[in-house]
Amino acid sequence: MCGIAGIYDFQNGRSIDQDSLEAMIQQIHHRGPDGTGYKVLNNVGLAHARLSIIDLTTGDQPIHNEDQSVWTVFNGEIFNFIELRESLEKKGHKFSTKSDTEVIVHLYEEYGDDFVNYLNGQFAIALYDNRKDRLLLIRDRIGIAPLFFTQSDSKLLFASEVKSLLAATKTPPELNHNALDQIFSFWAPISPATMFKDVFEVSPGQMLVIDNGKVSKTRYWDWEFPQDENYLAGSDDELADELKELLIDATRIRLRSDVPVGAYLSGGLDSSTIVSLIHNYTKNPLRTFSIGFDEGSFDETNHQNTLIEKYKTNHSYLKCANSDISDEFIDTIWHTESPILRTAPVPMKKLSGLVKENNYKVVLTGEGADEVLGGYDIFKEAKIRQFWAKNPDSKFRPTLLKRLYPYLDMSQGAYLKAFFGQGLDEPKHFSFSHLTRWSSTAKCKEFFSEETKQKITTNAFDEMSKTLPEAFGSWHYFNQAQYIEAKSLMGGYLLCSQGDRMLMTNSIEGRFPFLDHRIIEFANKLHPKTKMRALNEKFLLKKAMKSDLPDSIVGRHKQPYRAPNIPAFFNENTNDYVRELLSPEKLTGYGYFDAKKVERLVKKIEKGRAIGNKDNMALVGILSTQVWHYHFVENYFKNFS
Amino acid sequence: MSVEDKVRSYILENYLFTDDQSELNNQDSFLEKGIIDSTGILEVIFFLEEEFGISVEDEEMIPENLDSVNNIVKYIDSKS
Repeated sequence: MCGIAGIYDFQNGRSIDQDSLEAMIQQIHHRGPDGTGYKVLNNVGLAHARLSIIDLTTGDQPIHNEDQSVWTVFNGEIFNFIELRESLEKKGHKFSTKSDTEVIVHLYEEYGDDFVNYLNGQFAIALYDNRKDRLLLIRDRIGIAPLFFTQSDSKLLFASEVKSLLAATKTPPELNHNALDQIFSFWAPISPATMFKDVFEVSPGQMLVIDNGKVSKTRYWDWEFPQDENYLAGSDDELADELKELLIDATRIRLRSDVPVGAYLSGGLDSSTIVSLIHNYTKNPLRTFSIGFDEGSFDETNHQNTLIEKYKTNHSYLKCANSDISDEFIDTIWHTESPILRTAPVPMKKLSGLVKENNYKVVLTGEGADEVLGGYDIFKEAKIRQFWAKNPDSKFRPTLLKRLYPYLDMSQGAYLKAFFGQGLDEPKHFSFSHLTRWSSTAKCKEFFSEETKQKITTNAFDEMSKTLPEAFGSWHYFNQAQYIEAKSLMGGYLLCSQGDRMLMTNSIEGRFPFLDHRIIEFANKLHPKTKMRALNEKFLLKKAMKSDLPDSIVGRHKQPYRAPNIPAFFNENTNDYVRELLSPEKLTGYGYFDAKKVERLVKKIEKGRAIGNKDNMALVGILSTQVWHYHFVENYFKNFS
Repeated sequence: MSVEDKVRSYILENYLFTDDQSELNNQDSFLEKGIIDSTGILEVIFFLEEEFGISVEDEEMIPENLDSVNNIVKYIDSKS
């Protein structure tokens, strides 16, 4: 991955100020420390910070076509660039570099805006057609590579991170209160919103076009699921074989690189699958990285060791202490550019640091398998609640929840009904699958100040429902849950706050074979029961990998990746910044939260009584919002001028 | 696949964690043999509803219908 930035001036005749481009790209130097490049063409300026991975010698950007009428800056990877290049050369295109970037300009010449459909990759592309005064801003199908934009002074500014935009806007940003409300509901703002008022992202699978000064958006790809039971035919064994072939190829092309490629190894099914595919089906030397925790319940070291032993990988391991999380938190929020409700991104930042220390620039990970192939507990919970909704008065049906939550006291019928029984009367409602998670997260909003509540002008649930595609209502409820998960938590949090940002802070590129669009399109055509057989998650993936992986990995109970929250901040060595940012003065001064309520939460924590999910999410959400304000508003002039 | 094969394959894969057909007799009692616990039976019901499109009433959740492969096959037959 790299960093891109640029300016489109809607007023013809004004020249683009290269100093602004340089200030923008300087803010994202961490994304591309190996070089910078600029190009100004009439009313457009393009800038690039390069992380050299493919074509180390001639791959500098911006890159142009044969007659220099089409220019691009690009962040990401086109994994099928070898095949695309061969086909374009046969059609007469002349290449001047060996980079994957150059296929973009030639493909555009050949196919116009449809060129994007030929790409297999993760990308944020800015392409300028000088002949037609057309600027295309394009983001990959899934939302792996980030791309933001804003309009200011008759200009459209775009960049890989918001901090680049802030370097050019010259005024402190304002917090988007509706986005804050959405984060405290879904863990992420609803695309295209961001935490910054008037700053938007190009949504995954979307193309923003400026054609002679007119702005339009088109969606070129989306998650689609069958209607009318029109699922992919085939026996479990045949479908498992097909999935495995796709996974092998998705992994193979993601190992294309002119620098060595490693892999994350958590010890779960997904990362173990990737490590096993690299070992068994490619010639790439195995270099793996993992992280563990002091606290046993978060640690997966035993399972990691099973794989390390089996494949004899050259492995590096890092233990993350509670103090690391607190110490790194301020810098983490600088990179997430968004409040977070869990500290889980912080250890991922430490892990990418370990990769960097070992002189690696690229890692493959198992991200996406749960969303694509049906692994999450939230899907299981939705199935159980649908099972219950068939007969809401059944005494037996809700007891299946014990399969998922063994600690549940089934004698507490009223409690069960009040929480897990939410929405049982409306099993077809779009929010059914996520209602329990969203309603428990939304309880953190009770800490909002009156001022914040007044500035929230939209209803988060209504806004979410507006983003759903027309066909959504005709999909199987399991597929509806997958769509919502992919578009909210994965797109808005896992791939950015916990993914791209935590990798790129250490100039590390992540690649995600499970998010190859061919695998998503294949998996989306499967019957939901082929993905989750009864309550057996990722059934088809387990079948596909059974002969490759140890039984202890295939059969293990899924452990969600989590990191310590409250204990990381409140202990015998609580950092000064935690106390300062949670002080009544700062809380009142920033204005987002009710200082008295937060004070009571802190007292509860200090007495050791804050143990529930809500308290943990609230603390991390409040603290990260305070840190966000500290970086981007209070210290705007210090950080951006 | 027949109803019997589907049920056998589900029980073997999910509760006995094996492909070895000899590990499960069609008349084996799931509860007596410790193959499935009381919550597990609900998971089996869940599977039957998903796989065969039936609806199992509370009063039908009894060992005579659900406690062995043979009982399940007979029960599914009676529902169709």
